[in-house]
Amino acid sequence: MMRTLLVADHDNRKLSPLAARVLTAARPLDAPVDVLVIGHGCDAVADAAALLTGVSRVRLLDAPHYADLLAENLAMVIAQLAGSYSHVLFSASSFGKALAPRVAAMLDVAPVSGVTRILAPDCFQRPSHAGNVIETVQCDEPVRLLSIHAAAFEPAAAGPAPATISELPAGPDMGVSQVVSRELHDTGSRPPLEAARVVVSGGRGLGSAEAFERLLLPLADRFGAAPAATRAAVDAGFAPNDWQVGQTGKTVEPELYLAVGISGALQHLSGMRNAGCIVAINKDPEAEIFRHADFGLVGEAAEILPQLLAELGG
Amino acid sequence: MKILVPVKRVVDHEIRVRVKPDGSGLDESGLRYAMNPFDEIALEEALRLREAGICSEIVIASCGDAAVQDTLRHGLALGADRAIRIDTPVTLQPLGVAKLLKALALQEAPQLILMGKQATDSDAAQTGPMLAAMLGWPQGCFASALSVKADRVEVRREIDGGLETLSLSLPALVTTDLRLNLPRFVTLANTMKARRKTIELMPAESFGVDFMPRLRVLRSEAPPERLPGEMLDSVSALAGRLKPFLADAEAQA
Ligand SMILES: Cc1cc2nc3c(=O)[nH]c(=O)nc-3n(C[C@H](O)[C@H](O)[C@H](O)COP(=O)(O)OP(=O)(O)OC[C@H]3O[C@@H](n4cnc5c(N)ncnc54)[C@H](O)[C@@H]3O)c2cc1C
Ligand SMILES: Nc1ncnc2c1ncn2[C@@H]1O[C@H](COP(=O)(O)O)[C@@H](O)[C@H]1O
Repeated sequence: MMRTLLVADHDNRKLSPLAARVLTAARPLDAPVDVLVIGHGCDAVADAAALLTGVSRVRLLDAPHYADLLAENLAMVIAQLAGSYSHVLFSASSFGKALAPRVAAMLDVAPVSGVTRILAPDCFQRPSHAGNVIETVQCDEPVRLLSIHAAAFEPAAAGPAPATISELPAGPDMGVSQVVSRELHDTGSRPPLEAARVVVSGGRGLGSAEAFERLLLPLADRFGAAPAATRAAVDAGFAPNDWQVGQTGKTVEPELYLAVGISGALQHLSGMRNAGCIVAINKDPEAEIFRHADFGLVGEAAEILPQLLAELGG
Repeated sequence: MKILVPVKRVVDHEIRVRVKPDGSGLDESGLRYAMNPFDEIALEEALRLREAGICSEIVIASCGDAAVQDTLRHGLALGADRAIRIDTPVTLQPLGVAKLLKALALQEAPQLILMGKQATDSDAAQTGPMLAAMLGWPQGCFASALSVKADRVEVRREIDGGLETLSLSLPALVTTDLRLNLPRFVTLANTMKARRKTIELMPAESFGVDFMPRLRVLRSEAPPERLPGEMLDSVSALAGRLKPFLADAEAQA
């Protein structure tokens, strides 16, 4: 019988909104879905997962050596559980990308990464070559391990009654890695990129971190949007690393993607080409981004953005 | 310490690839190839560790047919000490690559494996964590800084939400992200010298592992085209187009 295990992203306190989207991705499998919450002191996460529509059970693994979500400890126990599932799903986040292949190797199965559509239990669509190729892949492995581009799916809603939560015994502590420090930035009330309805994104054309702060963020907040950036803007220190959208950053699929001072390199397009509406502001009328935009305006970011915010009543 | 850097030959990142109209795969005419950019970053980091006196030998390795020799020569020109080609009869997938690299790592016994987080052709991003798991080593994925401290390596990782620094016991495997370093350029003199170096050849079959591809690519299609857009002539026109996307759009209407 088919059964799906969804390994949920979380930070021990809150369930990531990506989980509800991965749950939707799993729907064509038409199989019961168990959500695995693995961490420490993460009861609230398990409770939130239990509330999602279509979850049949929440399986909770809580131990001190899972607190830091270290891949070595997590993979060990997930690989033990995975044997009783036909599908194991991760989101293609920094968490899932580091973990899914590690689990796959322990099971000697070939995983499929960056899935954007499940066509059949053994058949998946995924982009490759910076999104210039859409592959249809058949996977006949006994356990199908998938990482899912969460942005490609709508979130599952809250269900009528919570699923049962069962605690499982913890696996071993491998003791090979430890966290020295973390520098996490406060995202305030802004949504994660993959779950944002609107994304307001800046490129090198914005010119400085100060311009991101002064010109881009107020506009993003006016839309309740997630701010984003190109690789060039992140490299230049204008924006934090996890704002990077693109082939080697995040894949987003908002209703609106507003690109300011972005040239439209193929690596960037890879992460946002499926947005509902793409709007570009660039001072170069020949910029490639205009070829991919639904609407474009030529001009200086520093002049246009404040006027735009005023027009939008910000 | 000895460092192993697995490198992959990929389509040059500046090229927009096309698929064949019959959906059977890439149109390979007129493509240019290069070392996967993340592998150049991995090799650069190894070179810097050697220059700092921490690394004693850099071995690069690639699995593929004779064409990957160019990639290995490029790596030798950049400064790798040795290059190994694992000759494969078919195009591999990450699981097969990881198995061959595991077998190679057991022979070569490096203390550190530095490799790309992702190949920019397949966009799989799988081989690193797979190889770490097969060796039973700790992993530091998406590194933006790295320092070797006695018998451990500290890796700063780019993760969702910001940065995280891990301390891993050696031997360990680290995958590189874009901001780890800026790779150097090859000099003509070093390119000439690299031509004379030998590339060690090992048949994949000699490792006794099952490296055959497991996934079947049924179709390769082009992504859907977007319809041509409209250029606007004023900020007000732009604002008009954007208003429907405001969170309070209904309230305003
Ligand atoms: C291995 C690899 C992986 C990569 N991965 C990614 C990725 O994941 N994501 C990504 O984004 N990139 C990625 N890149 C980089 C990519 O190739 C481009 O270099 C990058 O996207 C360019 O960023 P940009 O558009 O901000 O900068 P630029 O290309 O420099 O463009 C800046 C734009 O701003 C405009 N401009 C300048 N001043 C103003 C102004 N005052 N007002 C308005 N407009 C202005 C210019 O006309 C120009 O079009 C990757 C590259 C490699 C090699
Ligand atoms: N054929 C190969 N030979 C050697 N190394 C490889 C090969 N394929 C992938 N790799 C390594 O694995 C990394 C990740 O590739 P991938 O998992 O295919 O995205 C690359 O950056 C290389 O370091």
